[in-house]
Amino acid sequence: MSLDAATIRRIARLARLGVGEAEIERLQTELGHIIGWVEQLGELDLDGVEPIAGVGHAALRLRADEVTDGDRVEAVLSNAPGRAGPFYAVPKVVE
Amino acid sequence: MSYVIEGSTGPWELVIGLEVHAQVVSRAKLFSGASATFGGEPNSHVSLVDAAFPGMLPVINAECVAQAVRTGLGLDARINLVSRFDRKNYFYADLPPGYQISQFTHPIVGSGKVDIELADGTRREIGVTRLHLEQDAGKSVHDQDPTRSFIDLNRAGVALMEIVSEPDMRSPEEAGAYVRKLRMIMRYLGTCDGNMEEGSLRADVNVSVRKAGEPFRTRCEIKNVNSIRFVMQAIEVEARRQVEIWESGGVVDQETRLFDPHRGETRSMRSKEDAHDYRYFPDPDLLPLVLEQGWVDSLRSALPELPDAKRARFVAEYGIPDYDSSVLVAEQATAEFYETVARGRDGRLASNWVVGELFAALNRTGKTISTSPVTAEALGGLLDLIKDGTINGRIAKDVFEVMVETGEAADAIVERKGLRQVVDTGAIDSAIESVLAANADKLAEYRSGKEKLFVFFVGQTMKAMKGKGNPALINERLAHLLKAD
Repeated sequence: MSLDAATIRRIARLARLGVGEAEIERLQTELGHIIGWVEQLGELDLDGVEPIAGVGHAALRLRADEVTDGDRVEAVLSNAPGRAGPFYAVPKVVE
Repeated sequence: MSYVIEGSTGPWELVIGLEVHAQVVSRAKLFSGASATFGGEPNSHVSLVDAAFPGMLPVINAECVAQAVRTGLGLDARINLVSRFDRKNYFYADLPPGYQISQFTHPIVGSGKVDIELADGTRREIGVTRLHLEQDAGKSVHDQDPTRSFIDLNRAGVALMEIVSEPDMRSPEEAGAYVRKLRMIMRYLGTCDGNMEEGSLRADVNVSVRKAGEPFRTRCEIKNVNSIRFVMQAIEVEARRQVEIWESGGVVDQETRLFDPHRGETRSMRSKEDAHDYRYFPDPDLLPLVLEQGWVDSLRSALPELPDAKRARFVAEYGIPDYDSSVLVAEQATAEFYETVARGRDGRLASNWVVGELFAALNRTGKTISTSPVTAEALGGLLDLIKDGTINGRIAKDVFEVMVETGEAADAIVERKGLRQVVDTGAIDSAIESVLAANADKLAEYRSGKEKLFVFFVGQTMKAMKGKGNPALINERLAHLLKAD
């Protein structure tokens, strides 16, 4: 399967990646290879096989409803690109 | 009578579906051990999972799962023993991982229903398509700084139930009734507190219009409406907008809109043109959620009595009118209060006192049923005094007012103020005789045929006895004495 230039631009926008026009053709080829590789899975006959979300067979482990975390504002904000008191501060994102 | 919007080309029918986001009542968040309690210092209810630090893994909270199952059972819905979590991808500053963990293809709860009732007594069943578990996002504050937005992640990761209805509603009133009923059921179940001011319950409203008998036309989605009144207003405003577009020869675009209650209009959220491309895929951090049927059954057997069942039982067990019963079950605390008063007593008398005198007193004093100045036991004590003839109904109202003010028990007030009802016929006879003697003119009118004056004599006698006479005895003795004369 090949991807057209418009699809590449759309994927880039959804992923918030700035992709220059010069890169588009290269990405078309590279992403096309990846998709082609994954498409090999389509050759398998999966009639009657239940879909699985992962390779493990176990079910989800559940946790008790107890507060065991929190009150660590400094740790939480330690990697923030910007802060204002106890808040993260980001470029204005209002509608 | 069905609701329509009259356009220049004739009547238009409304088609409404709701997605209600209900915050799950739990101590901790859906996938982390941070507190799910509302409020708190900014970013204090946040774990490294919620803030999406690299390598942090989600572990699901068993109680949140139980709450979703209880809600599903309360909606008479199918519980899916195997469900799965997906990532819903979008970028926003209050969503640190860049995706929300939600359930897309395999929700925990399948189709169910909500029975609603309208003001004119019409009942309708509204279909529920599904209920799934998902994470809430954080909160953005935009008005503190000219160039920056501030982010508080306390709410990020708190468990939400998204409850999706079928497009079954046909008027703003039906949509309002649906949200109210859903909220009532969840409050009874203790799965969502339904507090719309704190954002525990929010709705996305899907609206389209059509001519009678047509298939569905294009719908618009109004996001994040946070009160029942606004839900109803937004539907009407949006439906009128669509009617105008169709009638002027235009085409309604499927889009996401915002309701502005100040201007009374909906506005397009143009910047979200790509927002519907969420690129869902199964979350590789989370295995399928598998429930045991036995566990679901044990949750079912522990469910409280739900509003509709309670309402029917009150009517059957206490002999009260259906309307009164619906008022009493609207809040669980009121229903409990009523039942404490009514148990072993006259159910109708109890209902009249709770819906009448008690509600009036609560309104007047600004109290609620749980902070009522008169307890259910105390009100029961007052009704006992009426029933055994110690006081009459009129005196009981005075006693009740004192109870509201002082919190004293009814029998203590009756003793202290000497309000015991007079049942001594000798005392009643002498009161009647002095009333008749003092009103010789009225007595003459009565004898010449003006029989309505009987009520006047009863009133005067009661007044002479300072309200403490037994009304039945006064009537009986008065009739006797008037005949004997």
